[in-house]
Amino acid sequence: MSTLTLSGINKRYDNGAHAVRGVDMEISDGELIVFVGPSGCGKSTLLRMVAGLETITEGEMKIDDLRINETSPADRDVAMVFQNYALYPHMTVFRNMAYGLSNRGMAKSEIEAKVRETAKMLRIEDYLERKPAQLSGGQRQRVAMGRAIVRSPKLFLFDEPLSNLDAKLRVQMRIEIKRLQRELGVTSIYVTHDQTEAMTLADRLAVINEGKVEQMGSPMDLYSDPKTLFVASFIGSPHINLLPARFETGQLQVGTTAISGFEGLPEGVPLMLGIRPEHIAQHPDGGIEISVDLVEQLGADSLIYGAVSGFDSAEPEELCVRAGEALQLTPGERIKLNFEVDRAMVFRTDSGERLV
Amino acid sequence: MKNSFWRNLSTHGILILGTIFMSAPVWVAFMSSTHSADTIFREGLQYWFGGHFFETYTEVLFIEGGVMKKVTALEMLGNSMILGLGFSIGKVVISMTAAYAIVYFRFRLATPLFWIIFLTLLLPLEVRIVPSYEVVAGLGLLNTHTGLILPLIASATGTFFFRQYFKSVPEELLEAARLDNAGPMRFLIDVLVPLSKTMVAAIMIIMFVVGWNQYLWPLMMTTEENSYTIVIGIKQIYQVLSEGGELPQFQKAFALTILAVLPPVLVVLVFQSWFVKGLVESEK
Repeated sequence: MSTLTLSGINKRYDNGAHAVRGVDMEISDGELIVFVGPSGCGKSTLLRMVAGLETITEGEMKIDDLRINETSPADRDVAMVFQNYALYPHMTVFRNMAYGLSNRGMAKSEIEAKVRETAKMLRIEDYLERKPAQLSGGQRQRVAMGRAIVRSPKLFLFDEPLSNLDAKLRVQMRIEIKRLQRELGVTSIYVTHDQTEAMTLADRLAVINEGKVEQMGSPMDLYSDPKTLFVASFIGSPHINLLPARFETGQLQVGTTAISGFEGLPEGVPLMLGIRPEHIAQHPDGGIEISVDLVEQLGADSLIYGAVSGFDSAEPEELCVRAGEALQLTPGERIKLNFEVDRAMVFRTDSGERLV
Repeated sequence: MKNSFWRNLSTHGILILGTIFMSAPVWVAFMSSTHSADTIFREGLQYWFGGHFFETYTEVLFIEGGVMKKVTALEMLGNSMILGLGFSIGKVVISMTAAYAIVYFRFRLATPLFWIIFLTLLLPLEVRIVPSYEVVAGLGLLNTHTGLILPLIASATGTFFFRQYFKSVPEELLEAARLDNAGPMRFLIDVLVPLSKTMVAAIMIIMFVVGWNQYLWPLMMTTEENSYTIVIGIKQIYQVLSEGGELPQFQKAFALTILAVLPPVLVVLVFQSWFVKGLVESEK
């Protein structure tokens, strides 16, 4: 049961790469925090710094108010689940799970009891005598989690643990991880580049870009109230629609269409209008017109993709609309759309800052 | 159909010829060793069993021979065994630890140091035999097993193989072990050694045979018959043959040769499945 505090954390490599830039973060007891961001954004580096596998160039890291910058990985009392599981291939499942415990001098009988209990919780008790090579991907994943859980650490660290599984198993394991984490109440950090995984797992989500935390908050906060263009475009599936715009004479100019309802935006600056696909609907007097390219039927609803009229056909702007099953369209059709102005967002294109 | 028949015939023919070519000398030596000294002296090499198998072999194995009549083949086999085992075990231990240091302890100059170790391939024992002899003699190790083994033990090839293997072991295993509170020694013994056991077996088998067959160094090193290896014993017995005034004991020389070939052959035959495994697959 622990808290983790990061203040002013920086990571510079010898070759000059600045992987993590001034991260401040407060993680409270029992929280499941997800680091999400594109590959190479520094999220894994940050996690590995928490684990002690990477040194901290600058800043301070504390577990329960104790500085751990110089503490060795083993003494930090953290457990990590690796992307490729990193199970010891020559050891049985039992030995894999028991190894960390016996290295810490735990009594044999106690190890036996703890491993069996954990194995039962993960439903791998039938495989305890097998080697990792004899297990399926999902089972290996469970063993890797078991190895972390059995140690009852202060922190769980997950480094993209589900990326080697197939889609169905990934959803299953995602639910299971969430359930286990709730049950055990262990403070956890989970790294992923998959925004769906991030949204569904996180208590709070840290969107990381180029070594900086762009925004941190609950998944719904980040979805409905992104502070930057990057967060808005990263969170949400399908992606938010982004249309280049300009503010002229009190109206937002999108292509050749003028949209009223916006006030106090800077003029003469490239802007970006962001509208979530579900905030757009067909409307006979709609200001935006698209010609339908593609319709994806998802069952309960459908996604309609089309090029927005009023833009240069050499650089068409694509728009995605989430519509109910009632709307049946065929490619090539032109429809008029309206969107909820108060739910639309406007960003500065240059700095990514959100204005509305 | 006809085509494949002729192809089979010719390939098998070539293989059979090759096998005969390779094994015929061994066969002749073995057959000749079962005849008496005067049969060979009168009729030359023999191609079929004679009646003196037990006689020759018990004499060679258990009765002191050689120039000074002080050593039996059994003792020489023992010396060879010690050389072969010491040579192979020593090489594996040294090259494994060297590779471990180079790959995992990322100290400065690790890579240049590795290439310096690799360069020693250009300096086989034959090139440095005089200084090596000086050193061993200076340490008072002539005619000892230690002196026989020690100068041969460092292995650039072994270090190279282990280095390549360790580099292919996923980094995460080391990280998992670090989180599991396993120090460097624990990681080596609990993870790397078991992972590379087929590799160790393969290198040991090769090195055992190489060690067993060492000729020049034991020849320089050993002046007392008690420390002769079997290979040196063969050389000595042929020398006696060409010098002695009495009837040449060719059957004994042949018997000794057969005895010298036997252990390496057995090692390879028994362990060949491991050997192939070590070179072909890896458990990662």
